Amino acid sequence: MIFFDYLSIVVSVLLLVIAFFAINSKKLINSVLFLSALSMVAVVAFIIMRAPDVAITEAVIGSGLVTALFVFTLLSVKRRELK
Amino acid sequence: MIQYASIFLFVLGLYGLFINKNVIKLIVSLNVMEIGLFIFIISIGYVGDDALAPIISSTQDLALIYVDPLPQALVLTAIVIGVGTTALALALAKSIYNTYHTFDLDEMEESA
Amino acid sequence: MKKLFGLLITFALGLVIILALDNTVNFPRFGEVNLSERISGLYLSETNVEEVGSANLVTSIVLGFRTFDTLGEVTVLFISSLGVAFILGGTKQKRLDLKFKPNFMLRVGSNILLVIILITSFYIILHGHLSPGGGFPGGAMIASSVLLLYLADDRFRSNIKGFKVLEGVAGSLFVVIGLLGLVFATAFFANYLPTGIIGNLLSAGIIPILYVLVGLKVGSEIAGIIDNFLTEEEEEIA
Repeated sequence: MIFFDYLSIVVSVLLLVIAFFAINSKKLINSVLFLSALSMVAVVAFIIMRAPDVAITEAVIGSGLVTALFVFTLLSVKRRELK
Repeated sequence: MIQYASIFLFVLGLYGLFINKNVIKLIVSLNVMEIGLFIFIISIGYVGDDALAPIISSTQDLALIYVDPLPQALVLTAIVIGVGTTALALALAKSIYNTYHTFDLDEMEESA
Repeated sequence: MKKLFGLLITFALGLVIILALDNTVNFPRFGEVNLSERISGLYLSETNVEEVGSANLVTSIVLGFRTFDTLGEVTVLFISSLGVAFILGGTKQKRLDLKFKPNFMLRVGSNILLVIILITSFYIILHGHLSPGGGFPGGAMIASSVLLLYLADDRFRSNIKGFKVLEGVAGSLFVVIGLLGLVFATAFFANYLPTGIIGNLLSAGIIPILYVLVGLKVGSEIAGIIDNFLTEEEEEIA
């Protein structure tokens, strides 16, 4: 179980670093993509804590559908700016 | 370790709510808080390194060797609610943009 | 300056939370929980597991012990999708057109991929009481297949009326199955079908039926939300 100890430390550091970038990046689309990456790292954390149901749901919804909704909002706004 | 990280993730989302003036960034901060909360709730039910995921197979007897399934059930439904609330917030942001032609709260106040 | 101040205050709040939770009586340390002191010990006991008959204990809580909770959750999702439709929807709508024009290969390939995604999602929904997964991620996968169709075909509009009907039928059947529990058994959402052997596909009584309905409902609701985000009102463009 030593492997899981090291993995949990790496995952914790990654969670904090990616969340900091997601909050502080200047461009909106970068912030949204970092949020998607944060979801993906959270899936690894769920698997470390033996929660496969939650991991599947977070992988489908958190990093798939929510990112798609953010990107569509930004896309429709971009198109309106060009007009 | 993951539990401390989840608490600081929640706090980082709160910090994002304080400093950001952009509506999209505020929704991103809310999502960061949400993920921190989910990891914290799951970590309450973790019972140790030799526990198993809460799925029974016929070979094992039912001793208390599984992790706590109740927080997982709560988080499972909370994630699906999270996508609903995020979609509602983004719809509001879109209609704000249609009215003020900006996402920034300060510019909104100037144009109003 | 303001940013630094905010960072200090919030991190102080985090430290306070950690110190307050540090190994008190009500909050044991990470990974040292005794489940027999909690209510989850009851859910894990042999008689209760036999009574529900689901191999996946998370499913047995979501749709066995706490079905009423799930009914409220599905209602919240319905209200939020209603709110999105109220804010973004209009009478005259057209599709948001994307920058690139999809070619023939992309359309055909995405149709093949659509079949695979739908088969996977129905597998996940039907085996929700045996393996990780179930109605919530399976429904989200159905919605993501609709998203794939939208991205791969620039003229595609999903049949949004059909989704509305499907959602209403699934939601009503969910409540009707719960009400039948009052007739055949003693309580709302009581498990009145035979539970069978744990681990078989046909086991756990009404739980697989309820999970299929939840999957259809979640899938049609999120597909409706995606459709609302990918359309816009027509007259502003013209």
